[in-house]
Amino acid sequence: MIAPVEAYVTLSAILFFIGIVGVIARRNPLIQLMSIELLFNSANLALITFARSWGNNAGHIFAFLVITVAAAEAAIGLAIVVIVFRKTAFVDVDEVSTLKG
Amino acid sequence: MIGFVLLALALVASALFVVTASKPVYSVVGLLANFIALAITYLTLHAEFLAVIQIVVYSGAILILFVFVIALLSSGVKPFAAGPDRAPRILGPALVCAAVGAAVVVVAALLTPFAPEAIYGLTGQADVFGSVADFGNALFHHNLLPFEVTAFVLMVAIIGVVLLAGDDGPPPSRRPKRNREPIAKPGRERIAR
Repeated sequence: MIAPVEAYVTLSAILFFIGIVGVIARRNPLIQLMSIELLFNSANLALITFARSWGNNAGHIFAFLVITVAAAEAAIGLAIVVIVFRKTAFVDVDEVSTLKG
Repeated sequence: MIGFVLLALALVASALFVVTASKPVYSVVGLLANFIALAITYLTLHAEFLAVIQIVVYSGAILILFVFVIALLSSGVKPFAAGPDRAPRILGPALVCAAVGAAVVVVAALLTPFAPEAIYGLTGQADVFGSVADFGNALFHHNLLPFEVTAFVLMVAIIGVVLLAGDDGPPPSRRPKRNREPIAKPGRERIAR
């Protein structure tokens, strides 16, 4: 007995909104970046589920491209965290207000 | 079905642990568990190549990057261990918004028929679908342009990271010398006047 596709989509939605809570409620930028990785992963899960459901591997290609974009995003986000830490020595997104007009 | 329930429980528990952990290192451990459980979930969906890619790229590369940055930043000062990390005023509204959004998506997912005649009726095709040969065929025959644009995206990311965190921002010829002879210059100017 294999799980229906609705179960996979529900699991993907739950993971996505757990990641949303992490992005909104945490103030540590590293944990926010990890929550963004959770968002990417839940989107990948939905894509692969629908690829399996339709028997079409275009969803696999999409998930592959999402993984590469997630890698680039993690690298750039961590570089931004590093330079902000060099400037202020406090890693807290509420204290980063230099660009506020 | 019981396997899916176990995987779902592992995924949700590790994701909650990532979000609620007190230190980022604990979040990395939770994220590792999440990635491995997600790779197993991909295997149940006949996406073998993507399961391997999930392990290699996410657990191997991105998490190591996170660990390096955590080790780099938390060596000297006390940025992560102490200080208020939760935002109690925003936590309630965030939970409410997330619960409402998740409920909307779940209800929509349960009400929508997802190609009911095609779901998991692919038993004769399942040894081909999602394999490395199938994936490579789709990637290099039908999606070659997105693949090459991916190379461009990665190159832009590399250049951006080197420019951001490489040396100290601007190139050395235009950088003002801040560290050398810090105090001697004003004194000399005052003497000259």
